[in-house]
Amino acid sequence: MAEETILSDDFLRELINVGEVDILVGVHTYNDASTIGPLVQAIRVGLLKYFPRQRAAIINADGGSKDGTQDLIRAASISDLQHVSRLQALRTLHSISTQYPGGPASGNALRTILAAAELLRASACAVISPDSIIEPEWLERLLRPVTRDNFDLVTPTYRRHKFDGLLIRNLLYPMNRALYSRRVREPYPPDFAFSGRLASHFLSQEVWSQEVGRTGAEMYVTISAIVGDFRLAQSFLGPKSRVEHAPADLVAAIRRSVGTLFWSLEDNFRSWSANSHSEPITTFGPDHELISDPLRVNRKRQYEMFVRGVSELDTVLKAILSPPTLAELQRTATVPEPDFRFPDELWARTVYEFTAAYHKSVISRDHIVQALAPLYRGKAHTFLLENRDSSAEEVESKVEHLCQEFERLKPSLLEMWDGRK
Amino acid sequence: MWERFLNEMTQATLEIVHSIARFLPRLMVMLAIVVIGWVIAYILKYTLRSILRLAHFDRLSEDAGATQFLKKAALPSSTELLSRFVFWVAWIGFILIGVSVLGIVGVEEHIARFFGFLPRLFAAMFVFFFGLLAASFFSRAALLAAVNADLPSPRLISSTIRTIIIVFSVSVGFEELGLGERTIVVAFSIVFGALMLGLALAFGIGGQDLARRYLERRFMHERREEKEDELSPL
Repeated sequence: MAEETILSDDFLRELINVGEVDILVGVHTYNDASTIGPLVQAIRVGLLKYFPRQRAAIINADGGSKDGTQDLIRAASISDLQHVSRLQALRTLHSISTQYPGGPASGNALRTILAAAELLRASACAVISPDSIIEPEWLERLLRPVTRDNFDLVTPTYRRHKFDGLLIRNLLYPMNRALYSRRVREPYPPDFAFSGRLASHFLSQEVWSQEVGRTGAEMYVTISAIVGDFRLAQSFLGPKSRVEHAPADLVAAIRRSVGTLFWSLEDNFRSWSANSHSEPITTFGPDHELISDPLRVNRKRQYEMFVRGVSELDTVLKAILSPPTLAELQRTATVPEPDFRFPDELWARTVYEFTAAYHKSVISRDHIVQALAPLYRGKAHTFLLENRDSSAEEVESKVEHLCQEFERLKPSLLEMWDGRK
Repeated sequence: MWERFLNEMTQATLEIVHSIARFLPRLMVMLAIVVIGWVIAYILKYTLRSILRLAHFDRLSEDAGATQFLKKAALPSSTELLSRFVFWVAWIGFILIGVSVLGIVGVEEHIARFFGFLPRLFAAMFVFFFGLLAASFFSRAALLAAVNADLPSPRLISSTIRTIIIVFSVSVGFEELGLGERTIVVAFSIVFGALMLGLALAFGIGGQDLARRYLERRFMHERREEKEDELSPL
């Protein structure tokens, strides 16, 4: 069994003491002392309020925090909830915290949570990101489609600022939708729920010992569920707020998400090459909601880094892109900032050529993924500029147009993939 | 007198004939070794070329930057060059084995030296090629990291790293060959030391404003810039 190798003896003993549960909520942490207390409280309230009759457990998988995160979780778990709500537990709500081996990585944490879920025979599980500021209702919105409607994976949709999650809107959502043919709005879900059946499926995969399994587990979860033909749904949770210390390292984010997406195409060629049109998935609540509050964004810096990237990475881009695409990019990079636009068609073509170059390993795969960062900045600049004064509907219409471009150009990726182009 | 002369002549002629008779089979053996050696060397060349093509060695070589170097020198592709090199080394080896069969005094020592030198030659080539590969990989990694971190002069950083690794691998390669060991070590030390000193001076004295700005940005205003650019990609 997989858990034999990754669960420590102490943790295993605590799990055995719990017995079996109906619902398991996993929280992976690493130095999250500033936010973890309210998060655990919200989870507890959510479980007691919406699932009072179910046997439930909260599992914290910690990556070796030095700021007392685990102590705060234990304190939050035993604190009296009377002052936050008038809820009474019908069953004992167990809370266990453990340190997983292998250093801080969301994949290692998820594997620990999955192993615990399998051992406790949980029929529904939810994973909550420590960076999320959640409401108790999120638990109900995530877990209810699993417990009531027998869905296997429930991904979230949020109310977000129109300029938040640009990588998702400009690359992950359109490309994942075009290739895997499912319209999952958040293919890299920080918070999600899944069935016990899917947990066992995830755990049996051999991805966990690889870098993708360590760092890109969130993306892998979505793709694996689609390819495995599991029942998918998405559920609107509410406003997505980002805590102050949340990392915004673009290259790391691209590695975790886009790198995993590129990597997944190798083994799943049969699955993604067969479909030509995308289909919507069951959605509880709106599939997106955008807010347009004023936000101070350094758009010019995005443009400058794009121009500099195209110029400085000339030799790298020559190895990845076709001559016409590179020439068009270079021409685009000469346009002054106010008039600069990165067209959807060029962006989709560029991303597909990166995908094919990754498949053929024309240079180091990690270098290919990194080289995409400055080009993405150009696309992000265009998105920021074009949607400066746009309403939510207009933004959505532009995202839809980009998705259609990705779907339209999918045959060109297939041609490049098998070397016909 | 005349009879004695004739005896000597006859004996000398007989000795020459005997020598030739002794030498001829050796010569035949040598020629056979050379011909068989050519066939084996050719088979080696053909096999190696096929293996290298299957392993996409030319792409690896292009990645290492060796292909551009060969093109500039109007030389054939890396696969072809390496196959030909192995062919010649193998055939020369067989020729020398053949020559040693002739039993010429003093030749054995040179032949032994040649065969003793071969492993070092291959080791030097190995070091040099993988040095080129490492130089290409790390210089590209540095270029990408510098561009993505918005550091000044990414190409300078990248080519500096490339130069250091190439100089290092060349010096190790020459040391392996036993050519100008001291000169190479001294040259490497001078180049590396000068480079480091130059960088330190350039950063500390010549670019003190840049250094100050960089350090200020790095340690004092980092938080302010993050606030300004508060976009979450995911």
